[in-house]
Amino acid sequence: MSTAMSTMMSTAMSEPLVDMRDVTVRFGGARPVHAVNGIDLRLNAGETLSILGESGSGKSVTLKTLLRILPEQRTAIGGTIRIAGVDVTALSGRALADHRGGVVSMIFQDPMLALDPVYTIGEQIAETVVRHEGVSRAEGMARALEMLTRVRIPSPERRLKSYPHEMSGGMRQRAMIALALVCRPKLLLADEPTTALDATVQIQILLLLRELQREFGMGMIFVTHDIGVAVEISDRVAVMYAGQFVETGAVRDIIRDPKHPYTRGLLAANLHGAHKGARLDAIPGAPPALDALPDGCPFAPRCPIAEAQCSEGLPPARVFGPQRQVRCLKA
Amino acid sequence: MLVYLLKRITHALPVAFGVSVVCFLLVHIAPGDPLTSVLPPDASAQLQAEMRRIYGFDRPLPVQYGLWAMKALQGDLGTSIATGRPVATELGKAIGNTLMLAVLATLIGFILGSLFGFVAGYFRGSWIDKLASFISIIGVSVPHYWLGMVLVIIFSVQLNWLPATGAGPGGSDAWRWDWAHIRHLILPAVTMSVIPMGIVARTVRALVADILSQEFVSGLRAKGLLDFGVFRHVVKNAAPTALAVMGLQLGYLLGGSILIETVFSWPGTGFLLGQAIFQRDLPLLQGTILVLALFFVTLNMIVDIVQAMLDPRVQRA
Repeated sequence: MSTAMSTMMSTAMSEPLVDMRDVTVRFGGARPVHAVNGIDLRLNAGETLSILGESGSGKSVTLKTLLRILPEQRTAIGGTIRIAGVDVTALSGRALADHRGGVVSMIFQDPMLALDPVYTIGEQIAETVVRHEGVSRAEGMARALEMLTRVRIPSPERRLKSYPHEMSGGMRQRAMIALALVCRPKLLLADEPTTALDATVQIQILLLLRELQREFGMGMIFVTHDIGVAVEISDRVAVMYAGQFVETGAVRDIIRDPKHPYTRGLLAANLHGAHKGARLDAIPGAPPALDALPDGCPFAPRCPIAEAQCSEGLPPARVFGPQRQVRCLKA
Repeated sequence: MLVYLLKRITHALPVAFGVSVVCFLLVHIAPGDPLTSVLPPDASAQLQAEMRRIYGFDRPLPVQYGLWAMKALQGDLGTSIATGRPVATELGKAIGNTLMLAVLATLIGFILGSLFGFVAGYFRGSWIDKLASFISIIGVSVPHYWLGMVLVIIFSVQLNWLPATGAGPGGSDAWRWDWAHIRHLILPAVTMSVIPMGIVARTVRALVADILSQEFVSGLRAKGLLDFGVFRHVVKNAAPTALAVMGLQLGYLLGGSILIETVFSWPGTGFLLGQAIFQRDLPLLQGTILVLALFFVTLNMIVDIVQAMLDPRVQRA
């Protein structure tokens, strides 16, 4: 028995919570859009990864792919995705619905839009528990109350009966977090959860998320375009550009020594530490259109150090240490 | 909620007053003398003046309105010039008949319309959507008196399944909920239901499509709800607007059924209104319009209140 136990333990230990290999996402249509172009990602339980990138780089699509909530008919997912040992791309019907909200949960950018306006917060949380655990409505409400207390919403009994429009932005996001975590998911996806909030509230929400993530031992993937937020919350960072991870590594290493010119550009364009009156170094140009990707490095047209060979073929991922990879010929 | 209720009722009162003034004036502004239809063409000027005095048409308009409104508040809408019977009695019977017809037609229209609308909105772009949209467009655009006549030709003349006109044995005084009477209600109700069906279907289709495109639907799927769970949310989001549209349609049908009631000789308010117009029966006309308009005001109020009960955001607005 002990052997079986240890085998089970070792497989559980050896297999990461999230294992994405060469994942591509393409949206069909007259001009297919290549939103995600071959990303590899491994994430362990209890670990937090930030995906950093500008609008349209494929961050949100990556999250939605993990949750499998992209429109089925128009989306083609390639590569393999395993979460907690389950092949996510093969899920359908009830198993897929069990996956969503049960194993993987998502916090949306704007809770005002992501919550149903005509149901109370309590009903919306309870409904999730009833769906996944088959408990009674009353039991679901009790769990909702417990969860609202957990995310430190003031007077949770009253908020249980509140509608989303009756709450402040910060409180709504707390409610959204309670909703996402009520069924104890193994993986939490956060899609810019603090972007729609005031600066002071942002920090509270970040601290709360970090605390709950540690307490529940979840893996967390946090999408943001704010480097400060990424540093605050995560162990590792993946910098995304044109649907690819151009640079991945531990937060500390990337901040101290960014190797990809795009990462350097992002760090330089950050407002933190900028002097008044000094010009911010913005990256010139715009990301490539995702329906017509270049053959070479997608960043080459904007890159200050690009050479002729950069446009000839896609740069391979070069390894610079145990968790460090950079897709740049010149790094 | 109680505050909202009181507020909404208070708002309805000035509207009701305005409506009564307009009703009264409209009839008086219209050309022609109400007495010409009752008096013989060769009546003497003295007789005409006498009749005018009896009916009160010689007084200034504001005084006439005041007297009329005072009496109307006590339930006395005057006497019909054509029949000599109290307007209230005539109206009472007609309202009952119209209410029956309108409610039944709205129910049929609402049920079918929501069904078509939901299916069309849920499967937007599919052939089911196109079929449902086609039916609803026909419903909105076909002239219903024409449809009524076609139905009569098919079901009464050709197939001889249902009667073409009237309210059944004993006329409007002896209505009973038995087959002999109900079969008279079917054709007019079906004909009438086509209008609300088309409008409700189109509204619900647009509503459902709009709701499904909102982010919270992704949120619902993201928390693992199955199709039925998502459907429940969509229904509750669509219900307030769909009900409001239904309420307004009921209002239209209560007043706007002159054509259908005439085609089927259904003894309701529309039929009565038509008679009153052709006979220039002023008291009957005024009374009927007033009651129909007040119906509309009341219905709007009820719709608003129901909406507020269903959608928590309305009370704040």
